[in-house]
Amino acid sequence: MIAEYGHFALILALALALMQAIIPQIGAFAGNRLWMSTVRPLVAAQTLFVLISFGCLIFLFLNDDFSVRYVAENSNTLLPDRYKISAVWGAHEGSLLLWVFILALWSSAVSIFSANLPAHLVARVLAVMGFISVGFYFFLLFTSNPFDRSLPFFPSEGADLNPLLQDVGLIFHPPMLYMGYVGLSVAFSFSIAALLSGDTDSAWARWVRPWTLVSWIFLTLGISLGSWWAYYELGWGGWWFWDPVENASFMPWLVCTALIHSLSATEKRGVFRSWTLLLAIIAFSLSLLGTFLVRSGVLTSVHAFASDPTRGVFILTFLVIVIGGSLLLFALKGPTKNAPSGFSDLSKEMFILINNLLLMSLTVVILLGTLYPLIADVLGWGKISVGPPYFNLFFVPLTLLLAILMPIGSVLRWKRSTTVSVRHYFNGPLVCSIFLGGLFPFFYEGYEPIAAVTVMVALWIIFITLRDVWRKSAQTSRSVLHGLIRLNASYYGMVVAHIGVAICIIGVGLTSTYSVQRDIRMEPGDQVNVAGYQFKFVAIGPFKGPNYIADQAEIAVTRDDSAVAVLYPQKRRYLASGQTMTEASIDSGIFRDLYVALGEPLKGEAWALRVYVKPFVIWIWLGSAFIALGALIALLDRRYRINRRKAVHA
Amino acid sequence: MHPLRRYRLTMVIFIVVMTSIAVGLMSFALRKNINLFYTPSSVVLGEAPINVNIRVGGMVVEGSLIRAEDSLLSIFKVTDGVSEVKVQHEGILPDMFAEGGGAVATGKLDENFIFIASTVLAKHDENYMPPEVTFAMDEARLHTKKLNSEAGSLNNN
Repeated sequence: MIAEYGHFALILALALALMQAIIPQIGAFAGNRLWMSTVRPLVAAQTLFVLISFGCLIFLFLNDDFSVRYVAENSNTLLPDRYKISAVWGAHEGSLLLWVFILALWSSAVSIFSANLPAHLVARVLAVMGFISVGFYFFLLFTSNPFDRSLPFFPSEGADLNPLLQDVGLIFHPPMLYMGYVGLSVAFSFSIAALLSGDTDSAWARWVRPWTLVSWIFLTLGISLGSWWAYYELGWGGWWFWDPVENASFMPWLVCTALIHSLSATEKRGVFRSWTLLLAIIAFSLSLLGTFLVRSGVLTSVHAFASDPTRGVFILTFLVIVIGGSLLLFALKGPTKNAPSGFSDLSKEMFILINNLLLMSLTVVILLGTLYPLIADVLGWGKISVGPPYFNLFFVPLTLLLAILMPIGSVLRWKRSTTVSVRHYFNGPLVCSIFLGGLFPFFYEGYEPIAAVTVMVALWIIFITLRDVWRKSAQTSRSVLHGLIRLNASYYGMVVAHIGVAICIIGVGLTSTYSVQRDIRMEPGDQVNVAGYQFKFVAIGPFKGPNYIADQAEIAVTRDDSAVAVLYPQKRRYLASGQTMTEASIDSGIFRDLYVALGEPLKGEAWALRVYVKPFVIWIWLGSAFIALGALIALLDRRYRINRRKAVHA
Repeated sequence: MHPLRRYRLTMVIFIVVMTSIAVGLMSFALRKNINLFYTPSSVVLGEAPINVNIRVGGMVVEGSLIRAEDSLLSIFKVTDGVSEVKVQHEGILPDMFAEGGGAVATGKLDENFIFIASTVLAKHDENYMPPEVTFAMDEARLHTKKLNSEAGSLNNN
């Protein structure tokens, strides 16, 4: 019965979402307060029912109800409980349910924290979010119902969750990413609401900014978790593949980054209003496009699970309605006149404009590379794939330019800075970063110009940013300490996030230049030297896990005759599905990761092994964490906090 | 000309020029970096270029996998049901690689029509087949069907 309850709750949620999409919207147009006021109860009820539905699916998984097709296909009695729960969103149907569930959570959050916003705006925003929910409920119920039963002949044992997904990283990666994806719907709904009401002043930017920051935090964490998971779980030590699905998550992130910056200009200076509205629409459109790319199975990728063409058609139609409709609305009702505020070439506005331009160029490059195989296929140019060199060719120079300009823009003043006043901010950092960056590779293994450039750019960012903190705190107040306290949270947030970018750059640049990889055939007793580390293949033996059996190797790593680590990579064979999986073993450190993966058994006791020494690789994710932390700090800014407190009291 | 108009004109020209340069660069880069997919039949028919990065895929022929004793070199054949192509790969084959399963290799065709693969991708779970492999099998099936029916009509005559 539980499956039927879940299904029924889902239908009720759809009905409520339909009402939420229509009644408050009409109320806002007609100026009917009663109709507008239905929106909060409707959101609460919709959230409740989708929560029930989601809870039912979790219950079905925990109780191994294999009469439900989705459970039978993605779970197994031997599967540990934590993976039974993460299996709920391990495949198509469940992940869509998670999508609408998270959308309901965001709608509730908006309805709770919007007490000080005008009633018609709240009604409109939540109605737009209701409309998006309706699309996804239809999609769930008509093409991908997770509660379908396979009666009367159902399997007595489940087919098990894809072994790749049986991992701690995968418990958190999809929910995080979806929180980010779906969170962009808030900024989107705000901009549609603003367009519908014709009210696009600077207050709009202040309301949207905290929501955008929150979804940006989740997107950042979601993407870096995914990349970390790919690094240790896909088994082959790469952390970014320019895979279409990675691109699908990266594009909304880039646009959201642009949005955060242009929002700050719109909020503080009233400039770029229509551009900011458009960015909010593009950001969410790209996250819908991402969902389409991942879920329609049109792409060859690690994420493209078994697919069904009707789904693709459905999402494509929905995509056309949402994106086409909102762009049309923007064209018809977008703000035509900006605040009359000029700014010079050397001003924060100008650098934010350049930042947006570069981020959008990156997005276009990635979009083209991602969609090109699809376009070529449709037009009959053959089956093609676009390789990483294409992406790197554009990504590296554009990102470097962005990174070099970033700290300059961050210290400039709004409206105008004079060349004379600004020059001395940069002379010191320029000399120091070139000197230290140029020197760095001498102290490392072999002189690589790329490594030097990497360190230069990273130090350039860090020096200018920190120098500016010092200047601002010393200049504006009696003592430095007092000055430090006086600086506001959104400034500190920016500082932390920008330093995070510098850390990321170090990670990416140094890992790419100094990583050493060896594919090698080894027998017990064999030794290999990789980048100064001795890897000794000690033994190989059987190992038994809860739902798999494995061959486990013991690899002792030494450097200069002192022990560094013992690694235990595994080759697993999952019992239910019979699939084999490589489980790499990694010794992580601040300055290097040692990475060993078992390839395949060769003759006798010999194995093919992949051995990596990857310097600074962890800095990539450390930097991402800093970026997310920066956004979190910015969120604590007093301007937004007052909003919240009022909201709670009202 | 009115200064404002002149300003607008320069802006428009600037935007047009920059976009064309960008589009030109991107399409150039795309053309350099795309890997076309060829079915084993088209390789055998000589449609695939030699020494150019391409992809070839199909089902791995049962019993065709040979491994070197002292290195990571392996040789196997992929088929679309009609023709076979010999693939040579030095390195570790993916987990899901198996004889009788689908695989797509990226690399170059050498003068002896042996495909030197730099990477080999296999399907990543039991239910999944790379779209290219399905495509290759379907193409080959269609082709044989057509040949058979032509042969049939010839016989009838």
